[in-house]
Amino acid sequence: MTTLTDPPKEQFRLSMLLYDTRYRSATIQVIALIGFMLLAAWIVSNTINNLAALGKPVEFGFFGEPASYDINQRLLEYSSRDTHLRAAFVGLLNTLVVAVLGCITATILGVVIGVLRLSHNWIIARLMTVYVEMFRNVPVLLWIVFIMAVLIESLPAPRAFRGENPEASMMLADSVAVTNRGVYVPEVLFSNSLGDIHLFGASSLRFDVSLDLVAFLIVLGGAIWTSRWIKRRADGIQEQTGDRPVTWWQRLAVFVVPIGLLMYALGFHLGYPELKGFNFKGGTHMRNSLIALWLALSLYTAAFIAEIVRAGIMAISKGQSEAAAALGLRQNKIMNLVILPQALRVIIPPLISNYLNLTKNSSLAIAVGYMDITGTLGGITMNQTGRELECVLLLMLVYLSISLTISAVMNWYNESVKLKER
Amino acid sequence: MKKSVILGAATIAGLAAGAAAAGTVDDVKARGKLNCGVTTGLVGFAAPDANGEWQGFDVAVCRAVAAAVLGDANAVEFVPTTGKTRFTALASGEVDMLARNTTWTFSRDVDLKFEFTGVNYYDGQGFMVPKSLGVSSAKELDGATVCIQTGTTTELNLADFFRSNNISYEPVPIETNAEAQQQYLAGACDVYTTDASGLAATRATFENPGDHVLLPEIISKEPLGPLVRHGDHEWGDVVRWTLNALVSAEELGITSANIDEMAAGTDNPEVNRLLGSEGTLGEMLGLDAEWAKRAVKAGGNYGEVFAKNIGEETPIGLARGLNAQWTEGGLLYSPPFR
Amino acid sequence: MSDIGYVRTEMLPEKEPPASEVGIIGWMRHNLFSGWINSILTLLSIYFVYKILEAVVPWIISPTWDAGSLSECREILHALGREGHYAGACWGVIHERWIQLIFGFYPPELYWRPIAAFVLLGVALAPVLFADKVPSKLLIFSGLYPFIFPWLLWGGTIWGPISALLGFVVGWAVYTLISKTMSGLLGIILGVLASLVWWLVISSYFVGAMDSVAAIGIEVVESRKFGGFMLSITIGVVAIACSLPLGIVLALGRQSDLMIVKYLSVGFIEFIRGVPLITLLFVASTLLNLFLPPGTNFDIILRVLIMVTLFSAAYMAEVIRGGLAALPRGQYEGADSLGLNYWQAQRLIIMPQALKISIPGIVSTFIGVFKDTVLVSIIGLLDPLGLATAIRADANWNGIVWEIYGFIGLLFFIFCFSMSRYSMYLERKLHTGHR
Repeated sequence: MTTLTDPPKEQFRLSMLLYDTRYRSATIQVIALIGFMLLAAWIVSNTINNLAALGKPVEFGFFGEPASYDINQRLLEYSSRDTHLRAAFVGLLNTLVVAVLGCITATILGVVIGVLRLSHNWIIARLMTVYVEMFRNVPVLLWIVFIMAVLIESLPAPRAFRGENPEASMMLADSVAVTNRGVYVPEVLFSNSLGDIHLFGASSLRFDVSLDLVAFLIVLGGAIWTSRWIKRRADGIQEQTGDRPVTWWQRLAVFVVPIGLLMYALGFHLGYPELKGFNFKGGTHMRNSLIALWLALSLYTAAFIAEIVRAGIMAISKGQSEAAAALGLRQNKIMNLVILPQALRVIIPPLISNYLNLTKNSSLAIAVGYMDITGTLGGITMNQTGRELECVLLLMLVYLSISLTISAVMNWYNESVKLKER
Repeated sequence: MKKSVILGAATIAGLAAGAAAAGTVDDVKARGKLNCGVTTGLVGFAAPDANGEWQGFDVAVCRAVAAAVLGDANAVEFVPTTGKTRFTALASGEVDMLARNTTWTFSRDVDLKFEFTGVNYYDGQGFMVPKSLGVSSAKELDGATVCIQTGTTTELNLADFFRSNNISYEPVPIETNAEAQQQYLAGACDVYTTDASGLAATRATFENPGDHVLLPEIISKEPLGPLVRHGDHEWGDVVRWTLNALVSAEELGITSANIDEMAAGTDNPEVNRLLGSEGTLGEMLGLDAEWAKRAVKAGGNYGEVFAKNIGEETPIGLARGLNAQWTEGGLLYSPPFR
Repeated sequence: MSDIGYVRTEMLPEKEPPASEVGIIGWMRHNLFSGWINSILTLLSIYFVYKILEAVVPWIISPTWDAGSLSECREILHALGREGHYAGACWGVIHERWIQLIFGFYPPELYWRPIAAFVLLGVALAPVLFADKVPSKLLIFSGLYPFIFPWLLWGGTIWGPISALLGFVVGWAVYTLISKTMSGLLGIILGVLASLVWWLVISSYFVGAMDSVAAIGIEVVESRKFGGFMLSITIGVVAIACSLPLGIVLALGRQSDLMIVKYLSVGFIEFIRGVPLITLLFVASTLLNLFLPPGTNFDIILRVLIMVTLFSAAYMAEVIRGGLAALPRGQYEGADSLGLNYWQAQRLIIMPQALKISIPGIVSTFIGVFKDTVLVSIIGLLDPLGLATAIRADANWNGIVWEIYGFIGLLFFIFCFSMSRYSMYLERKLHTGHR
């Protein structure tokens, strides 16, 4: 009777690196790694040689020099004496503004259009199809340029508001002016303002935070918390007694009363735009470049989102809506309570990539002269300093961080709404 | 150093291998073509016509250089460049020279390592406003919205001007002249500012040019000229003296009509030296004796090129102004051919 | 029980449905005016469409086809008594420039070459896209087509593409030789090396030698002459064709168990997908020359092709990864149980199915890349949009806006719309095959 023995221990031979599957994977990886490192080293050494030949060493010192150009749309105070870094920072905020605005409107529009495309109304469904196909099949750059041209050509110039019998007039009780330079809306002013906190001293990244805004957000947060607490309490009572107390006025009041008090305390009033000199003065000025870019990106992305939403809704089997109808739910309740929550799981992953696309497409802002980070750092700064390598690399790094942040946040959200399988 | 990179199926895909760091003259001769960087389109200065032929004032400089070096004014490949790509295109050797209304500034000459080979157009930044605005000086533009063409020195000059006069303005940066014009006409900006030549050219194409005025202030000096890479002096000399030949030809009364006659020999030694019937100027440049003759013949002398592309007879209608010969009160002053 | 008074013995004839339920009226009641909200929406939509048509149609109908400049257009319209900024379109610009917008600066006598290239593209794709209707012999042509296409467009000696093809043949020969006698892995490595050596070292001598023996070739057209839609399509086609193999490799790398390979693939894909195409084009126009050995210089269109290929490869990898993920687990296990090794399994079992599932995704990636090619106008290439700027800089056409943009938009729409319809058709066809 033989006993089971270990197979004879093979001596390691060089050929086992190729034939033995245990070692082969290591061989492949090492080759891949060496190949990659060689490639990287080759590129870096070429770059160093080339830059040396051009006499342009890699250095970021130029970011500290005055930018010498002005930026019209800015969230922070900035003048042409500020540094290139400051200009890039202002541009970055502009990118974020248009990306956030665009994502919000694109989602709203996309959901509405996606639902309407499934409408029983023949003409509406057809119109929405035309919309989706029209926007999806023409490059977004063309749409941006096109919408900008429409805004410029079709809206009245400020000079049309002048004179005894002006050709154009302001809307909503003389508070909103729609011109081909942009839209002027009343601005929020406080006569007893709390002032600002200045962060980061006098550096290029200095940042003013309005204490009024902070106070507002605190009160709002408190109100939301209280309102949820009221809701939970009502839920509890309903569980126990079967009767739900009427809470809508309480929940409204926790919002209205503290915010109203805060506004009164701060001396809230509106600053209206009025025509002075060449332009409207006062009020908040939303420039045409921002509006055109925002509109074009939203409309374009909404066409894609509409298709995603439609596909998501159609992916829910008919039995779901029939069962909901059998329970006696109304059409809009079926949509809100049964279809959309399930469709959302199908919708979210492609939605994330559309948000990413929108953010990346916002780099086309230069076509309409919106000074986003591509316009400042990758545009005028690069032109004026001739430091292409530094500017382009930094630009890519910024976009990469934005993209990775968005996907991280959205993936986290996706995880949280995912069907918990047991 | 010559290296050919072959990338799979793209082998044949027009690899222009080996732009050498030195000896552009020889490179151009070996290639049989001059690579010339121009704008992607600027009225009167460079634009392709319906047949794909490039036309314009800057283009004529390229053609003159090609004629001088290669003997054929059409042996030019025009490479359209934007404000962003022009300097890298030149530095990397993609183009041999830039003739792309580029302002000669200290930092471009010294820091970016280029060599300006002269000035083919003296310009300055100006302002255009609608007459109905009733503005007569740029200093009255407090609070105005200003359209600027970006990618040039324009936005820097503008920022400096308004800052030093302590008046506020709202800049609207725009990529191309065509779009700036559209915004200006629609009233989306009160003022349009760019080089005065560009303003005049733009105004000339309006439906009612009389409704718009150019303000008297010229807020900057914009000497526009061709440039080459720093360090290749032979090539720099060729471009510089080709331009000078065009200017001198006008001064000496040599035109494309009478050039054959004058090349046979005249009583003026400088004409003879220029056109190669006397002396060895061409040889010193590394070219043959008739280089300047061919350069002038390509599109005429400076005055003819000016008149044909942007002069008063054309729709653009620019007066010579600063760009007249020094003998006529202008700044054009070619060093002697001696 | 016979006292039942009345029993109907035959069916009553069917009544006509009420007039409000059939025909046009019924259809309208059901589809347009089924409730007051719907009715309002319908009326609003009709008004909206009417308003747009009212504004646009008179502008489009404008007898300016033969005008030679914008001012001539204005005169023609003035003579007709149509005044104002929007009196009518100036179609003369399209009449004069449409060929340029399509072919760029390609020499007119050689227009047959791009046309032939794109017609042959259809022939080459036929066995892939209409596998059931076309003889599979055509696949040989599809394999050769990547070498014919650049030769037709760029011209030059015929030995160039032949030599490029021979590189693959050499690589394949070395691979089979070595893998028969020694290990498969070594075969792959040496095969790739042999191909590289052929392309980088031997090829230029081979082409030179063959050219001096038999100089067969067609006129060279430099890529600077490319422009307009031809440029867009060329970039799109080349990028997709080159990114397909790259994408497959990246997708496999991302799925692989080998950690380093996996992270390299993931890093590349996420990096490319995380930055906008415009920054990659900035790299192509300003930095790529810096990354290569001093003195190397190839023209901007080739550099753009490289960057767009890398860009689409990352997206392609994700599409193919989707295709791989859609394959049921059993296919992998089946391949294993047959004793196939990794590459055999990929080649014979996995890839044919995964690629087939991915075709709609590949088509939509292509549409995306094709649309994105307009960005090259920002770095100064004369694609349709870049040409629009150049045309507007012509003194004759300075001031034209809508006509050119409209024309470009329309052409893009026609192209992309037909592609997307085709991909939807494919999707339906593939679906029925799978269930």
